[in-house]
Amino acid sequence: MSRYFRARIKSNLPLNRNHRLLSLVNMERMKDPLPGQFYMLEVSKGNDPLLKRAFSLFRRTSEGFDILYRIQGKGTALLSEMKEKTELDVLGPLGSSYPAPVAGETPVIVAGGIGIASVYSLIEQVRGSAYLLYGAREKDDLFMLDELKAMAREFFISTDDGSHSVRGSVIDMLKGFLSERTSSEQNIVIYACGPRPVLKEVASMADAKGIRAHVSLEEHMACGIGACLGCVVKVKGQEQAGEGSSLYKRVCKEGPVFDAGEIEW
Amino acid sequence: MNLEVKIGKLILKNPVMTASGTFGYGQEYAEFIDLNRLGAVVVKGLSLLPKVGNPPPRIIETPAGMLNAIGLQNIGIEKFISEKVPFLLGFDTSVIVNFFGDSVEEYVKAAGRLSSVDGIHGLEMNISCPNKQAGWCIFGTDPKVTSQVVGAVRRETDLPLIVKLSPNVTDISLMARVAEEAGADALSLINTLTGMVIDIKKRRPVLGNLTGGLSGPAIRPVAVRMVYEVYKAVKIPIIGMGGIMSAGDALEFMIAGATAVAVGTANFIKPSSTVEILDGIVSYMEAEKLEEISSLTGAAHAG
Ligand SMILES: Cc1cc2nc3c(=O)[nH]c(=O)nc-3n(C[C@H](O)[C@H](O)[C@H](O)COP(=O)(O)OP(=O)(O)OC[C@H]3O[C@@H](n4cnc5c(N)ncnc54)[C@H](O)[C@@H]3O)c2cc1C
Ligand SMILES: Cc1cc2nc3c(=O)[nH]c(=O)nc-3n(C[C@H](O)[C@H](O)[C@H](O)COP(=O)(O)O)c2cc1C
Ligand code: FES
Repeated sequence: MSRYFRARIKSNLPLNRNHRLLSLVNMERMKDPLPGQFYMLEVSKGNDPLLKRAFSLFRRTSEGFDILYRIQGKGTALLSEMKEKTELDVLGPLGSSYPAPVAGETPVIVAGGIGIASVYSLIEQVRGSAYLLYGAREKDDLFMLDELKAMAREFFISTDDGSHSVRGSVIDMLKGFLSERTSSEQNIVIYACGPRPVLKEVASMADAKGIRAHVSLEEHMACGIGACLGCVVKVKGQEQAGEGSSLYKRVCKEGPVFDAGEIEW
Repeated sequence: MNLEVKIGKLILKNPVMTASGTFGYGQEYAEFIDLNRLGAVVVKGLSLLPKVGNPPPRIIETPAGMLNAIGLQNIGIEKFISEKVPFLLGFDTSVIVNFFGDSVEEYVKAAGRLSSVDGIHGLEMNISCPNKQAGWCIFGTDPKVTSQVVGAVRRETDLPLIVKLSPNVTDISLMARVAEEAGADALSLINTLTGMVIDIKKRRPVLGNLTGGLSGPAIRPVAVRMVYEVYKAVKIPIIGMGGIMSAGDALEFMIAGATAVAVGTANFIKPSSTVEILDGIVSYMEAEKLEEISSLTGAAHAG
């Protein structure tokens, strides 16, 4: 069972103008992924683009796993053109995962935009018990609403332009949610994935209310396995160098899921 | 068929090594390949004291390559000795420790400390780093400073000493000769080429450190040319590197003059690159009815 294997594309479905749902079938035995972990996928056979691209586990399937992705630049554009039966090299599952809520904790899951890809399998895991706050730019950028609704304890949606549900950001929703519910819900634990400014806001709100928050970060990556030290984020602490416990932590190894209080935003 | 090559007094079982900084301390790759198959493991550059490295972003992809500005982050020599050497001792491969300093004194101390440890088979000195005592000029771009620092380290260690040259110089042959005269047993080339990428929306360089080192297939022709030139200039063995992705690329370096090769950025794309390159070299030798891999070194210069 290796974390380096080949997978075959089962389908690569357009969801809207720039988002796709990629279904992969592993051709060798693979390790079971945990919610929040990610894969590095080969996006070209040539030298340009050169590096693999990082994508969260969207969900485990009976034959392999799915990736939900946004076409961002060259690599993801090439990926979006890949046809069924194409084979690609995969590294993973990689990195840390969302720690499962412990008994008595109420999970509040916050997803901004494509961040839904990272938390989806967590929502599956805690089915029925999590409050879900999902924000996107517009109606067209909201995905899997029926599935999510069926799994969430309560589901809140916002769009920046008001084209679906409430107009506003996911942060506005979280603010509202926390001010209403912190008294009734005792042990809230937040899980969040989205653009960095959103995560920063989540971290400061959580900190102000003394709530634990787990956030999933992104950084440019080369190796994905902790070897190149290219993907680091700054963490709180003294200038104490090294691997593991240092001023910088690797998003691919110690992360991508971090305790929000640990990050130097 | 004989795959052995000689780097000074160090005999490698085959010419395929890892390039410093692309293979961690070996552990990260043990899950993907059999480290016993490698000619040598060259570990991430170490300094006497741990180093925190540069602020992010540290890497950005470029056409057929990447820029990195890791800033030589490392756990420091002591932690390497206590935590990583025991792991590496478990493998039947040569361990080469890449190291650097910000002063001649630090280089010497680092070399001395590393030479006292069992399980380290060779030292690779990275001279592409800034010199505190000379306005943070790069050691390896000034022949006088290069001579001084290599000479000082040479006097401190009996281990095979490999000097890793900076390609960011006008005359690489000159730097190679200087390192040879100062006592190097072998030369590694090339290190990364300094480059920059600018974000046109922010109108600022992308990397936290502004500049970074270019690696990957984009630099290969430059690296092959430098190996070819240096081969003519010195007698000591050369370890060739720069954009090696396949066995064919590795053979190019050997034919240009390299005794061994190091695989860097390719490890990121395919963690099994090193062993696949080794297999490819063996296939080439079979197809070409080559008995000794070492007979290929410098073949481009013959007749
Ligand atoms: C842990 C992790 C999980 C991710 N999960 C998902 C996901 O589930 N769905 C999804 O759509 N995207 C995800 N991303 C972002 C995705 O990796 C980038 O959108 C993708 O690498 C862009 O490549 P490109 O060639 O299309 O874009 P370009 O902008 O052309 O890429 C240029 C370079 O920058 C890197 N890069 C650009 N944007 C990012 C970014 N946001 N994060 C990391 N590297 C970047 C690329 O890998 C490439 O090396 C994730 C990133 C990380 C680090
Ligand atoms: C992420 C990264 C980190 C590196 N770190 C070091 C280092 O610590 N010391 C060193 O001498 N060279 C370092 N190098 C340079 C490589 O060892 C090698 O010389 C260079 O990348 C060219 O080979 P390549 O194109 O095969 O990667 C580093 C390269 C990369 C890409
Ligand atoms: S991507 Fe190489 S250490 Fe994280």
